[in-house]
Amino acid sequence: MEYLPNIIFAIVLVAGISYFAKNVKKLIRNIKLGHKVDASDHTSERWKNVVNIALGQSKMVKRPVSGFLHVIVYVGFVIINIEVLEIIIDGIFGTHRIGLSILPESVYGFLIGSFEILALLVLVSVIIFWIRRNIIKIRRFMGSDLKGWPKSDGNIILYFEVVLMILFLVMNATDTSFQNMEAGNVISQFIAPWFEGFSEGTLFTIERTAWWLHIVGILVFLNYLYFSKHLHILLAFPNVYYGKVVPKGKFNNLDAVTAEVKLMMDPDADPYAAPAETEEDEVPAKFGASDVMDLSQVQLLSAYTCTECGRCTSECPANLTGKKLSPRKIMMDTRDRLEEVGKNIDANNGEFKDDGKQLLGDYITNEELWACTTCNACVEACPVSIDPLSIIMDMRRYLVMEQSAAPMELNNMMTNIENNGAPWPYNQMDRLKWKDE
Amino acid sequence: MSEQLKVPTMAEMMAEGKQPEILFWVGSAGSYDDRAKKITRAFVKILNKANVNFAVLGTEESNTGDVAKRAGNEFLFQMQAVMNIEVLNGYEVKRIVTCDPHSYNCIKNEYPGLGGNYEVIHHTQFIKDLLSSGRLKLEGNTYKGKRITFHDPCYLGRGNGVYDAPRDVLKKTNATLVEMKRHKSTALCCGAGGAQMFKDAEPGDKEVNVLRTEDALETQPQIIATGCPYCNTMMTDGVKFKEKEADIKVLDIAELIADA
Ligand code: SF4
Ligand code: SF4
Repeated sequence: MEYLPNIIFAIVLVAGISYFAKNVKKLIRNIKLGHKVDASDHTSERWKNVVNIALGQSKMVKRPVSGFLHVIVYVGFVIINIEVLEIIIDGIFGTHRIGLSILPESVYGFLIGSFEILALLVLVSVIIFWIRRNIIKIRRFMGSDLKGWPKSDGNIILYFEVVLMILFLVMNATDTSFQNMEAGNVISQFIAPWFEGFSEGTLFTIERTAWWLHIVGILVFLNYLYFSKHLHILLAFPNVYYGKVVPKGKFNNLDAVTAEVKLMMDPDADPYAAPAETEEDEVPAKFGASDVMDLSQVQLLSAYTCTECGRCTSECPANLTGKKLSPRKIMMDTRDRLEEVGKNIDANNGEFKDDGKQLLGDYITNEELWACTTCNACVEACPVSIDPLSIIMDMRRYLVMEQSAAPMELNNMMTNIENNGAPWPYNQMDRLKWKDE
Repeated sequence: MSEQLKVPTMAEMMAEGKQPEILFWVGSAGSYDDRAKKITRAFVKILNKANVNFAVLGTEESNTGDVAKRAGNEFLFQMQAVMNIEVLNGYEVKRIVTCDPHSYNCIKNEYPGLGGNYEVIHHTQFIKDLLSSGRLKLEGNTYKGKRITFHDPCYLGRGNGVYDAPRDVLKKTNATLVEMKRHKSTALCCGAGGAQMFKDAEPGDKEVNVLRTEDALETQPQIIATGCPYCNTMMTDGVKFKEKEADIKVLDIAELIADA
């Protein structure tokens, strides 16, 4: 019976981690539904971005208040989780504060002391976050794309943090031997008096309960990630790595189109010739994107990475002037549809069965797509290097090249370019007239 | 009758066996749009004044395909691009200057993948170089003490990171430069990009150019400076909408400098 807690602990730990691993596998499978992207270029710049933008949060702090608070929560969370290492060792081997038997008391005390201070800072920041979301009602958290689940998701994670931090402090406060050590109990010494007069046994029970809830809470939190925008704490890193490294104004040239244009422009090409050998087993090209499978793996990764912070939408000129477009919604729709496709695959033994739906139309409307000025404000604003504009562009391409569904005025403009080499119906021979006016 | 400009074409240069220092890419707006044509003329005036050896393609120039691309018509874009690249490469063009950030972005970033590699320079960058190398001198003090605010074009600023050149040029005029609250990387679009110039806006509470003009008006400027023909149209319309056209001028940096 002596080893019962150890065994239970091991089971909980393994269960928590394997469920997480299962979901990570699903995540990777879903992302792989998109087409591959070659990101072997600009390696040093990519790493620089990871260090500055993901690790260093250089884009977060562009908005000083939320940026500063976010840095605290981020640093706090990462550092406090070092403590989890001790908890896991203690849990498996039935030890108590293994760190104390390895490190000198002063070092251990210093470590736990800094964790406690961070825990308090995290608590304060999280409470301010909650107030910003729920009481001050900052505009970017009030968008119509942030109703229902996305809204509760934002709050749930804050509650999680509050509970985990409080548990950590209570655990320390009720650990009498730790309190007696009088090192490292920087914050918990002020909580300890609340438990004065409790019997030794009760204190022990409270300490154990807090300890168990803390580690179970962390495992639940880990598994909650997959279902939440908080996946960004893991995916921000790869997403920043794969983010755009060329000038923002540079849009990709579709290779499939290049091949066809070359064929059309080449006077020697035989239009009736059989396609070249190499092209034979290539999938027939679909121009642009109408569903998630037409997007790239980076775009799908981004959909899972989006933190729904709305920094993109709050800078979007279309959104600011009351139009339907919200780049945040573009990312959220992409993720929702991708999840739907993933579930469809799970339900049909690993194969996608046509469900009569797609990203275009069922999630994102033409009206949203046509409202975009391609100004790149959303891309600039995103703290985790997401490019919502690239998805908008791929869908516009589908609308125009596969469905000829551009607004009428744009069709006129394009016909003019085709016929006169200008968006207006003027004669190319008049191109130099400005000279003599 | 306005003053006579010297505008040699590449074909003429070629016939004389000469190669110009730069090719001036006029762009469709600069060639046909009445307001933008004034910007084109102003820039040529500067080139003439500074004795820059340049040429234009004239009737051999065609639309870059930029708007078609942003509208989603990759086919049309690539057709235009391939055609233009053929002409440019035929003349062995190395350096291109343009007053249109959309052409600038498109030729600089998107043409190389299709075989067109050139050094592309925005006219504000080129003017800056002319001024700092002393080839161009500002004599008058036309703008001394005038409040000027500069509106960043998306495709020059955020699109390509060019924020300083236009400001450096404006500083040389001795004007008082005032910044809007949204400027440089957070500048608001004028509303014309992404082919919006050629269609009606989607329903909303306001037009983008009006909101942007409000940003500008907050700085109480006498002149709103632009560096893009589309921005110029949008801001001019915005100022008219606010009935401020009597007090506030919207001028391209080329126009400002041509008169400085
Ligand atoms: S690029 Fe499009 S979606 Fe992004 S901010 Fe500009 S208008 Fe909005
Ligand atoms: S795309 Fe980026 S800026 Fe927009 S909501 Fe998602 S994380 Fe925030």
